[in-house]
Amino acid sequence: MRIAIASGKGGTGKTFVTVNLARSLGISVTVLDCDVEEPNSNLFLHGDLVSQSRVSVCVPHVLEDACTGCRVCADACQFNAIAVIGRKPLVFEDMCHSCGVCTTLCPHDALIEVPHEIGTVTVRQSQHVSLVEGLLDVGKALAVPVIRQVKGQVGADTDHPVLIDAPPGTSCPMVWAVDGCDAVVLVAEPTAFSLHDLTLAVDTVQEVGVSFGVVINKDGLGDDRVARYCESEGIPILGRIPFDLDIARRYATGALIVDKEPRYRDLFLQMWQSITHLAQIGGNRDESLA
Amino acid sequence: MKVALTAAGNSLESPFDSRFGRAQTFIIYDTDTETTTVLDNAQNLNSAQGAGIQAAQHVLDSGATALITGHLGPKAAKVIFAAGIDVYQTDAETVAQALAMFTSKALKPMKGADVDGHWV
Repeated sequence: MRIAIASGKGGTGKTFVTVNLARSLGISVTVLDCDVEEPNSNLFLHGDLVSQSRVSVCVPHVLEDACTGCRVCADACQFNAIAVIGRKPLVFEDMCHSCGVCTTLCPHDALIEVPHEIGTVTVRQSQHVSLVEGLLDVGKALAVPVIRQVKGQVGADTDHPVLIDAPPGTSCPMVWAVDGCDAVVLVAEPTAFSLHDLTLAVDTVQEVGVSFGVVINKDGLGDDRVARYCESEGIPILGRIPFDLDIARRYATGALIVDKEPRYRDLFLQMWQSITHLAQIGGNRDESLA
Repeated sequence: MKVALTAAGNSLESPFDSRFGRAQTFIIYDTDTETTTVLDNAQNLNSAQGAGIQAAQHVLDSGATALITGHLGPKAAKVIFAAGIDVYQTDAETVAQALAMFTSKALKPMKGADVDGHWV
């Protein structure tokens, strides 16, 4: 079972929910940290290093002897990644989306594809939790290939739960993180900002065609607008985490609240029951959009 | 020689645009004939990424050997400097003012990018 933990707004508690769920389950579980621009699940799971690999994408390389400077490649590039100065193409690797159109269209076979490193995937083990973390190199823009490699570390036939810590927002990296999951947990705070971005996340997840529910974090802060929204839209509330200064204190030291407070372990186990139920019944997935 | 200036309009009286890649237009001024031509930059203005690179391509394709703008990012700078175009920086309010400062040699040449790359 693959469960993604996402949100629209950043800082609502995706990682908090992910790592506390993983620890609470007490069985073998894999956490995929797909927030590759700033992965931080490792700060709480403290795993031992198991393996590490680099992530590469294909980018064009100009064979200068064969190139005539005809500009077919630059004109065809949809990502503005090639400029031609005089008769010499200048490739901007960081702009390239590896679509292959330039190498395919070059009439002189003057472009070949070469690997271009953009990130790292690290596997760590902490008690019963296996953590796969993607990290995009500083200055690189393409998160999706790193996310794809992180998700590729777990086979489709795995029999233990997989928790995916998704990146914030609703753009391509978030879509790739939630795609193919059995259910998505959208973590929201009871605030106007969070509700606004939650509605964007709901629209996105509906379009992707995955069942979803909401976890209200910092419940007691703000007002009941998120709960009212969920009620009016028929979105299940999978759990409520109270606004508790103790949680923040422990989190700030890299500790997990479920390790210290049995009542929170119970809260997360109940949440997990609601999540698995949602994933099994297929929930609110809109088949017409899927 | 031809001089390219970043503008928010179609004439020398138009406001000077301090942005390079997402300038509305480029005014190309020919110092020999004292005439101007206008390059529309709307396509780059609205592109998801790489506006600076393609704007630089337009400027070098126009035959300009000098560029007057407000700011230049690293990728645009790579293209512009590789093409041997001289870049001058100003915060002038109109294109005509920027051009007057250039012709009176009041503008200092830029040695490289003055702002970090930006993805949007």
